[in-house]
Amino acid sequence: MINLSDNVTKLNSLNRRMFILATAKIIILGGIVSRLFFLQVKENKKYLTLSDKNRIREWKLPPIRGEFKDYFGNTIAGNFEAYQLHIIPEQVEDFRYVIFRVKELLELTDKQFNKILKKKNEIKPWETLIVADNLNWEKFSKINNHLYDLNGVKPVISISRDYPYKENFTHVLGYVSQANENDILTNENIKEKFVPGLKVGKTGLEKSFEKKLIGSNSVERYEVNAYGRRISQLAYQKGDKGQTIKLTIDTKIQELANQLLEEKAGSICVMDIYTGAIIAMHSSPSFDPNSFVFGISQDEWQLIRNNPMKPLVNKSLSGNYSPGSTIKPIVALSALENEVINPDFTVHCKGHKNPLELYGQTYHCWKKEGHGFVNLREGMKQSCDTYFYEVARRLGVDRLSETAKKFGLGKKVFKDYFDNEKNGLIPNTTWKKNVLGKNWLLGETIITGIGQGFIQTTPIQLCLMTSQIANGGHKIYPNIVANIDKQQEDKFSPLYKKSKNIKIIQEAMFSSTNEVRGTSYRSRIDDPKYQFAGKTGTAQVKKITEKDRELDLKTFEIPYEERDHALYIAFGPYKSPRYALSIIIEHGGSGGTVAAPLAKELFKMIIDRHEIRKNHDTKKYLNI
Amino acid sequence: MYQYTRFNNQNNILRKVGNLDYVLLSCILILGFISLATMYSTDGGEVLFHTRSHFIKFIIFFLMMITISFINIKFWFSLGYFSYAIILGMLIWTINFGITASGSKRWIDLYFLNIQPSELMKIFIILCLAKYFHRMKTQHVNSFYAVCLSLIIIFVPMSLVIIQPDLGTSLLIAISGIVVLWFAGLNHKYFFYSCLLSIISLPIIISFLKPYQKLRVLTFLNPDRDPLGAGYQIIQSKIAVGSGGITGKGFLKGTQSYLEFLPEKHTDFIFTLYSEEFGFIGSVILLLIYALIIYRVIRIGALSRSYFAKLFCYSFGTSIFIYIVINMSMVLGLLPIVGSPLPIMSYGGSSMLATMIGFGIVMSAKTHSDQSIA
Repeated sequence: MINLSDNVTKLNSLNRRMFILATAKIIILGGIVSRLFFLQVKENKKYLTLSDKNRIREWKLPPIRGEFKDYFGNTIAGNFEAYQLHIIPEQVEDFRYVIFRVKELLELTDKQFNKILKKKNEIKPWETLIVADNLNWEKFSKINNHLYDLNGVKPVISISRDYPYKENFTHVLGYVSQANENDILTNENIKEKFVPGLKVGKTGLEKSFEKKLIGSNSVERYEVNAYGRRISQLAYQKGDKGQTIKLTIDTKIQELANQLLEEKAGSICVMDIYTGAIIAMHSSPSFDPNSFVFGISQDEWQLIRNNPMKPLVNKSLSGNYSPGSTIKPIVALSALENEVINPDFTVHCKGHKNPLELYGQTYHCWKKEGHGFVNLREGMKQSCDTYFYEVARRLGVDRLSETAKKFGLGKKVFKDYFDNEKNGLIPNTTWKKNVLGKNWLLGETIITGIGQGFIQTTPIQLCLMTSQIANGGHKIYPNIVANIDKQQEDKFSPLYKKSKNIKIIQEAMFSSTNEVRGTSYRSRIDDPKYQFAGKTGTAQVKKITEKDRELDLKTFEIPYEERDHALYIAFGPYKSPRYALSIIIEHGGSGGTVAAPLAKELFKMIIDRHEIRKNHDTKKYLNI
Repeated sequence: MYQYTRFNNQNNILRKVGNLDYVLLSCILILGFISLATMYSTDGGEVLFHTRSHFIKFIIFFLMMITISFINIKFWFSLGYFSYAIILGMLIWTINFGITASGSKRWIDLYFLNIQPSELMKIFIILCLAKYFHRMKTQHVNSFYAVCLSLIIIFVPMSLVIIQPDLGTSLLIAISGIVVLWFAGLNHKYFFYSCLLSIISLPIIISFLKPYQKLRVLTFLNPDRDPLGAGYQIIQSKIAVGSGGITGKGFLKGTQSYLEFLPEKHTDFIFTLYSEEFGFIGSVILLLIYALIIYRVIRIGALSRSYFAKLFCYSFGTSIFIYIVINMSMVLGLLPIVGSPLPIMSYGGSSMLATMIGFGIVMSAKTHSDQSIA
C-alpha cells in the first residue's frame, strides 16, 4: 500500500507540473503568434518593400536620340541601325574557341582583340560583352553565316547616330560620342539617363540641346536572384525618343558653302535679313563627325588635330578676325549718323609717295598710286583707306564703337547655343584704359577705321551687321533653330537716326560691287534678280613693313601664315534685299579676288532657292 | 483468465488498430503533407532530390511509427537503458569515424544511409530517464545520488555532441533531459539555482564559445551589424516572413526563397519559406496543428496507466514544443541562430527518424494505455 500511495503522490506531482508547463506553453505560443503578427501584419509593408528591393532590379536601356532636320525636313543628324556583336560569356561553352573564331572572322587586330579580352575580365560572366559595336553589313552577314559554329554569340541590331551629310554640318551640329565622366558630372540630365554606351553631344548643337535630344530611357524590370542573375522580365517601359529639332539651315546652300571652301580655311555665313534665320553656316576645313560616334582612332584624331588649317575650330563663331575693310560701312554710317561728315565730304588720296602722316607714323592706302579726290561713295567703292583714316580721325573711336556694337559686333550672336562662340572685340578708350591700362592713341583710331588694330569680329557678327544694314537698319535676332520664335520686344527696332544714312551706305556697297573700279566689280551679277551689293575686306595678319611695300609680293609668294585674310560681306538681291552673307578665307589674299567670287556662286543659289523656301513655310515670312 | 487471454490475443491487433489515436495520426499526416509541399517549393516547383528524399523518408518513418505503436510499451520500457547505451556508442563512434560536413563531425555512414546519432539521442535520453525515474520512490528523486546520476546521463551525450561541434543539438539534448527531470519531480529550487548559476556564468560561457558562435550571439543582438555577413540569415529570414503578410505570397511564389535569398531553406529555415508563401494565416494554422499534436501527446500521457508512459509522453510532448519554439524564435529573430530543425517539417532523416520513433512510442502508450508496468 505504501507503494500505491507513493504512486499517487508521484502522479499528482507529475500532473501538477504538467499543468504548470501547459500554461507556460500557451503563453509562449501566444508570444510566437504575436511575433508573427508583428512581422507579417504590422510590419508587412516594410518587409514587402525590402523583399521587392531584394528581388527587383531595373535595367535602363540607352534612350533614342532626337534627330536634327534642316529647314525642308531632311534629316541631317539621324539614327541608324548599327550591327553589333554581343557575347554573354557564361552562355558560351568554350569561350576561348568562340572568341578566336570571332577574331578570325572579323579580322581583328591583336590590339583590338586584347581590348575585348580586357573588357571581358571587367564584367560579370552574365553581363553582355560587346565584341563589335559597328560592323559593316559584309562582316555582319559573315558572322550570321557562321553562327552554327559560334555558340553564344548574338548578332544585335542597335540604334546609333548617323550624320548623312558627313562634314557639311559638323560645326553646326557638333557630334556625339560615348559619355565620359566629365559629361556625367556636369550634366544632370546625362547623369540621370546614363547607361554604359550612352552617346552624348560633345560640341555644337548636339551638346547645347542635349536636354531635348536625349529622350528617356526604356526600362526593363527584372526579377533577380540573390546573386544578381536575371530570372524573369517583369515589365518593359518604353522610353520616349528625344525631340526632333528643326534648323533654319538649307542643306543645299550649306553643301555649296562646303564645296566653295574646299581645301581652304575659312567660313561662310548666310542669313535671312528679316527673320535672322541662318541659311548656311559653314567652317572649313571640316571633318566627318561619324568617325567620333564609335570612338575615333588615334591616327585619325592626330590627323585632325595637327592639321594647320585647324578643322576643330568653328571659324564662323570662334574665329576672331580683324574685319579689315568690311568695317568701312559701319565707319561711314557712324560718321554720317554723328554728322561728322556728309556724303559729299572729300579726301585727297595721294598714294604711297605721299602717305598720311601723324605723330611720325605713316598711314598708307592699299593702292600704290592713290585714289585722288574721293567722296564717301567713291571711298567705299574703291575701299580707299586714306578716306577712312580721315573719317575715323574725325569720328573718334568711341562713337565708332557705339555704332559697331549697335549693329551686333563685339558680342555673341547666339547667346548660349554654342559654347565655343567668341565675343570678338570692339575697342574704345575706356576699354583700353581698363584692360590694358594705357591711354588710347589717335593712331589706333585711324587703323580701327580700316578694321585693323584691336578690333576683332567673328564671321557671324559680320553677317549680322550686313543683314541689319541690308534690312534698312532694323534690329534682328539671328536664329538657327526653326520654330523657336522668341518674340523679342525690340525686334525690328531701328538702329539708325536717319534712315537716309542707311540708304547711302547700301548704295555705296552697291557701287563697290556693280560699278566700274569697285573692288568686287568682277564678281558682280548683272541680272537684277540676283544682283547683290557687297564690301570686300583684306585683313592684314602682319604689319606691312617698308621692305614689304617695296617688294610688293604676290599672295602665293608669301608664306601661308603671313598671307592676308580675305573677307567679303554682301546682301542681295539689291532691289529688295532678302539675304546677307559673310565670307572669310584665312590667308586667302585679297578679299576682292578670293572671297567675292564665292558670293556670286552663293547668291545664284540662294536666290534661286528663295521661292522654294518661301513656299515651304509662308507663315515664317513677313512681307516687307 | 485463460479465456480472457485468448480472446485478448485473437483480437489483439484489431483492438490495437482501433485504439490508435487517429487525431494525432492525421495531424502527423497533414504535417507531412505540408512539409512535402514546402519541400516541393524549395526545389523551385519541381520534384527534385529534396522532395523525393523527404517523401521516401516520411513514408518509411511513418510506417515505422505505426509498427512501433503496435509493439507493447513494456518492450520500449525494457529497451530504455540499452538503447541509450547504443546511441552513446554511436556518438563515440561518430567522434572517431564520423563524416565531416561543414566543419563538424555529426554523421556516421551506415552504407545505405547516413545517420546523425545526436538527433536520436534527443528521444532516447527521454526514454532512458523516464525508465530511470519510473521505479524511483518520490523521496529518492531529490536524493544526491539520483540527481547526480541523472545529470551524468544528460551530461555525457551532451558533451559528446558539443565536441562534434554541434551546440544546438547538444542544448536540445540537455533540454530534453531536463524536461524529464522536471516532470519526475525534481525540486524547484534546483531549477531555480541552476538558472541563476547559468545567468551568472553566462559571460564565462561566452568566452569559451567559438568565434562563429560568439558572432551569432552578437548578430542576434544587432543583426544590422553586418547585413551581408553574419546578420544575413536573420535579416533575410525576417524579410521573407514579414513580406508574407496576412495571406502570404502564394504557393511557389515566395520570392525570397525562390530567388535564393534564404539560407538553409530546406532545413532550419523551412518555416521562413512556409510563412512567406502562406502568410500569417498559414503560420497560425501550422502552429495550431503542432499545438494539437502536442495536446494529443500529452492527453495520451494523461490517459496512460503507467508512470513511465506518462513521463515519456509529457516529456516528449514538451520537448517537441521546445524544439518548435526554439526553431521559430530563431527564424523570427527572437533567439540567436542555433542549429535546430523544425520537427517533421525540416529536411533531415535523423531528425525525422527520432521524431517518428518518439511518436511511435507515444502511440504505443496509447494502444497499451491500460498496460501497467511493474
